[in-house]
Amino acid sequence: MIRGLIRKQTDRIGNFWVDLVRGSVRVLLPLSLLFSLILVQQGVLQNFSPYVSAYTLEGAEQKLTMGPVASQEAIKMLGVNGGGFFNANSAHPFENPTPLSNFLQMISIFLIPASVVFTFGRIVRDRRQGFAILAAMLLLFLLHLGIVYVGELYGNPLLAAVGVADPVAMEGKEVRFGIADSSLFAAITTAASCGAVNAMHDSFTPLGGLALMLQIMLGEVVVGGVGAGFYGMMVFVILTVFIVGLMVGRTPEYLGKKIEAREMKMATLAVLIPAVTILAGSAVAAVTVSGVASVANPGPHGLSEILYAFASSAGNNGSAFAGLNANTAFYNLVLAAAMLIGRFGVILPVLAIAGSLAEKKITPPGPGTFPTHGWLFAILLAGVVMIVGALTFMPALALGPAVEHLQMIHGVTY
Amino acid sequence: MLKQLGVAIRLLIVMSVLTGLLYPLTVTGLAQILLPFQANGSLVVKNGKVIGSRLIGQNFSGPEYFHGRPSAAGENGYDGNSSGGLNLGPTNKQLIGAITERVKTIREQNGLIVDEPLPADLVTTSGSGLGPDISPVAALVQARRVAAVRGLDLNVVHRLIEKQITPKQFGLLGEARVNVLELNLAVDAIGK
Repeated sequence: MIRGLIRKQTDRIGNFWVDLVRGSVRVLLPLSLLFSLILVQQGVLQNFSPYVSAYTLEGAEQKLTMGPVASQEAIKMLGVNGGGFFNANSAHPFENPTPLSNFLQMISIFLIPASVVFTFGRIVRDRRQGFAILAAMLLLFLLHLGIVYVGELYGNPLLAAVGVADPVAMEGKEVRFGIADSSLFAAITTAASCGAVNAMHDSFTPLGGLALMLQIMLGEVVVGGVGAGFYGMMVFVILTVFIVGLMVGRTPEYLGKKIEAREMKMATLAVLIPAVTILAGSAVAAVTVSGVASVANPGPHGLSEILYAFASSAGNNGSAFAGLNANTAFYNLVLAAAMLIGRFGVILPVLAIAGSLAEKKITPPGPGTFPTHGWLFAILLAGVVMIVGALTFMPALALGPAVEHLQMIHGVTY
Repeated sequence: MLKQLGVAIRLLIVMSVLTGLLYPLTVTGLAQILLPFQANGSLVVKNGKVIGSRLIGQNFSGPEYFHGRPSAAGENGYDGNSSGGLNLGPTNKQLIGAITERVKTIREQNGLIVDEPLPADLVTTSGSGLGPDISPVAALVQARRVAAVRGLDLNVVHRLIEKQITPKQFGLLGEARVNVLELNLAVDAIGK
């Protein structure tokens, strides 16, 4: 995609094999090696031993699971994959034992995808282009993080009423991380397409859950994931350039490449396909018997669980409102389909855009060219992402988390 | 097409050996040589027997011990093989009911006044169900009971708790906390 923007009049956009091997051997492998050793130092397991039986102070037997956790953990985070060694993922003390290991895991989620934005700036020989995109990502991220943190800090008045002291919202969270680090981790894992969790998102407050879900629904465009992240934001860049072009009445162009009907059609498809998948999928699940049977929490929270499941699958996030029992024939099939459509439904149009951009000449910027660096563009870009997201998903979110929030405040339970 | 397929298969084999075999083995080797204690689960050994891991919480129900958080891991809680949270939503009656029940029990067990709010971690389940820590307040709430059952001076127990508090890492990350297993070992050490 990046090459599509800089190469002139060519039909090639790079060799997949070369990219894959170079990316794995030169970046991922050394980083993972270092990172996994730091994790072990903090207490993450790394062995091939059988389970250990411990006899506790009160005389009960406790089986402790062993295994090569650290090496898996490092690639799970750096690769923004998110699948944990243990069921509890990064909430498990053997997977994420200390606040420091937690902090490093959060950094490692953002590390590579955020670097890609800088790389982009350097490749197009104008770092300001990369900074503008990063600024837009930062704006979006801070907005969502703010909502999650305030939601969690404010907590659940229903629990305060039965005699629980502040900070109330500890259900599903670890003492060693507390409210702040759990909120931050959750916001990061859904901003990037990571999906690792250090607290149970299902038990977050409705507003906290809403912001997490919305980030995934927006296409995880805040830094994105390794391998499939940056292009999501590029689609929105193209949309923004186009909308700005309409406003000033010029042919839209980005980095000297004209954006024309073909690119716009593809960009629109890339935004629409995941959105339709999430909404249509959730709608089907919400009205069928097998879809509703898996829901663990009654009331509007149940709809939130379904929405989150489809958003997470279509966006390839992988985190979950885990109360929903997704291991049924219905959900396995439907969510698998959502994953395929949600991923390749974006990759194909994006590759098409890259190819067609690569064929074009680079025109030097004229007086009517809208500059795509600087704060104005960054704010516009963040605005377009939010507007597209709001228009598409707000009705669904209003029925799930928003309703639940209002009912929680008024003491309605299910 | 066929050539591409050949490349794909060769790449799959080479990368599998490199990242699937050599990488984890290298990490394991280095970890076992450099950091054997952590790599093997930070196990706590007493009188030659493994009594647990300092990273994994365990069940404490007797009145002479400090209790950890309620746990959703396994049927009886703190099952090392089945980590996980309760995953109940904030407006779920089951959740509110369970917490109301726990608040009542803990107030009774510790002889607290009826309206005293309890620290949230002591009445909610964690994400993993295996967390080894409670908040310092959650330990202090139980101090009077433990001191009474063991015939210890309350101040001695308070000082013991203070000594066991792990502060925020670098004064910034995470939250202050008390490791329940280590606190109980410390209480055991000073007398019945």
